[in-house]
Amino acid sequence: MSYLQIRDLHKSYGSVQILKGISLEVARHEVVCLIGASGSGKSTLLRCINALETIESGEILVDGDQVTGLGVNLNVLRRNVGIVFQSYNLFPHMTVLKNITLAPTMIGGISKDAAEQRAIELLDKIGLRQKAGSYPDALSGGQQQRVAIVRAMAMDPQVLLLDEITAALDPELVGDVLEMIRELAVGGLTMLLATHEMGFAREVASQVCFLHQGKILERGTAEELFENPQEERTQQFLKRVVTAGRL
Amino acid sequence: MINVTPTQDTYDARLQPPQAQPPAVVPLTAASVIVVILTAVTSFYALAWLYAYMYPQPAGAFTKAVFVVLWLATWLPLLPTVQALRSARKSRNALQDNGIVIARHHAALGRESALTSLGYSVAIVVLALLVAFVSTNDGAIARTFLRPEFIAQAWSDVLRAFWVNVQVAIGAEVLVLVLGLVIAIMRMLPGRAGRPLRFLAVLYTDVFRAIPGIIVLYLVGFGLSLAEVPFFKDLPPIVLAIFALTLTYSAYVAEVYRAGLDSIHRSQWAAARSLGLSYPQALRTVIIPQAVRRVIPPLLNDFIGLQKDTALIGVMGVIDAFTQSRLVGSAVFNLSPVTVVAIVFVLITIPQSRFVDRMIEKDQARQRSGSN
Repeated sequence: MSYLQIRDLHKSYGSVQILKGISLEVARHEVVCLIGASGSGKSTLLRCINALETIESGEILVDGDQVTGLGVNLNVLRRNVGIVFQSYNLFPHMTVLKNITLAPTMIGGISKDAAEQRAIELLDKIGLRQKAGSYPDALSGGQQQRVAIVRAMAMDPQVLLLDEITAALDPELVGDVLEMIRELAVGGLTMLLATHEMGFAREVASQVCFLHQGKILERGTAEELFENPQEERTQQFLKRVVTAGRL
Repeated sequence: MINVTPTQDTYDARLQPPQAQPPAVVPLTAASVIVVILTAVTSFYALAWLYAYMYPQPAGAFTKAVFVVLWLATWLPLLPTVQALRSARKSRNALQDNGIVIARHHAALGRESALTSLGYSVAIVVLALLVAFVSTNDGAIARTFLRPEFIAQAWSDVLRAFWVNVQVAIGAEVLVLVLGLVIAIMRMLPGRAGRPLRFLAVLYTDVFRAIPGIIVLYLVGFGLSLAEVPFFKDLPPIVLAIFALTLTYSAYVAEVYRAGLDSIHRSQWAAARSLGLSYPQALRTVIIPQAVRRVIPPLLNDFIGLQKDTALIGVMGVIDAFTQSRLVGSAVFNLSPVTVVAIVFVLITIPQSRFVDRMIEKDQARQRSGSN
């Protein structure tokens, strides 16, 4: 049974239509990659699922419960659906540790000590334990992004949305972040990620969707989509990616 | 095959080497020497007037020596001009040896020296004019504003009255910090439900930024007791003064807070809300702390303004430092007591500015380096 179901989702900013009828299902423990050019609607789709954007029409179901429309407890929804942003968005006035423990202590009902212990454990796993007392400015982009992932994971989300999380990083910092996502995927976390890292998408994705102008033009397993794309647009897109040396 | 247009050859249209010769040093140096002489002349008259005012009877040899040394000191900007001439000669010699690069180097240093001389001369002239202004007309200015005996006489009374200003300022500042933030938050409440409150907040800031503070003080000070408003009519005037200044300055500070809140990037809201924090939780833990840190300097500016406006509370019958100094001043028919108040305001304001500068620097350093 699909954990996340999206049916005929429409979204516009003013008169500009961004999403023109997206339907997508993500099963538990599945990793779905969204690929496509800039402006094709990948980020907007993720933000809609997290209710950071309101939608015009369509339905989003999380664990069988419709989360669109009025009266939905968004704070509960967002605890189940975590998101990590392209620009990390850590809180600059808080230490790494406080960034991670803020939500668990404030709304997760976990004691400060327990939350800090958990945060230290998570930081230890990614080798950033000694940075617990630092402020985000003192960290490299890759370290910040890994802390942002830990921050989202500290709420024990059912599904994690990743919005081009390596797009703002220097090339040599991308590897550490992707390694972390790879481990989460192996651990069975349900993920929906928008990415430009085609090689990575090919490796971890159980399903790849190609978005073009607000629609999912083509979808399939990584192998189907990368080896044998059916749509002309998909072929063109992948050809450009190859030309740019990114696949 | 990709068709590439070859890059156009623009060598013939290149810029000719700009001014290969070293820049001229001597004219600038000559100008600075002239300015030094003018400075010395001006300083001579200024010091002569000052001496005449301070010592109606001929002073001792030591005092005279001090004045002479002061005057000689006004010639000090001549030293860099000597340096400038030396550089000019080096530049010329280098040019004869065909060392154009070295020549330009020395010429540039020479001009720098000449300009240094000019800078110091101008500063000395400004100070000399100030001294001349104060001691002119046989010291009329100094006698009106800076009579030592009246200053000494007024000092303790004025300082005691200044305690009232301090109380009013601190009281108002505490209340303004709270009320300003409340209004700023009211102004950014979302949705249809927040609209009437947003409207009220805008109305408040518009109205109280429009009314001059002295009028608010006057109306509150006399109006509330005249109309026998319950509770307010029994308050001592000093509390009413705090209340009136709070009304005015909350409007300004609300705008400062609003600018700070607006300046926090939307992505911080998104990050906080995406973790499941509610609107008030995100506001309290993520947005407001960052906003307040950013607006500390303008906030302190407004506070300095508020502190100075405590000199207006005399209109509602409170004896503050300014009122007190005017009482003393009119008794002796001299403005020196009022100068005392001015000096006190200067003395309490400057350390505050420095303090905030340091605070901001420390905060930035902390955020930059991390705590380890």
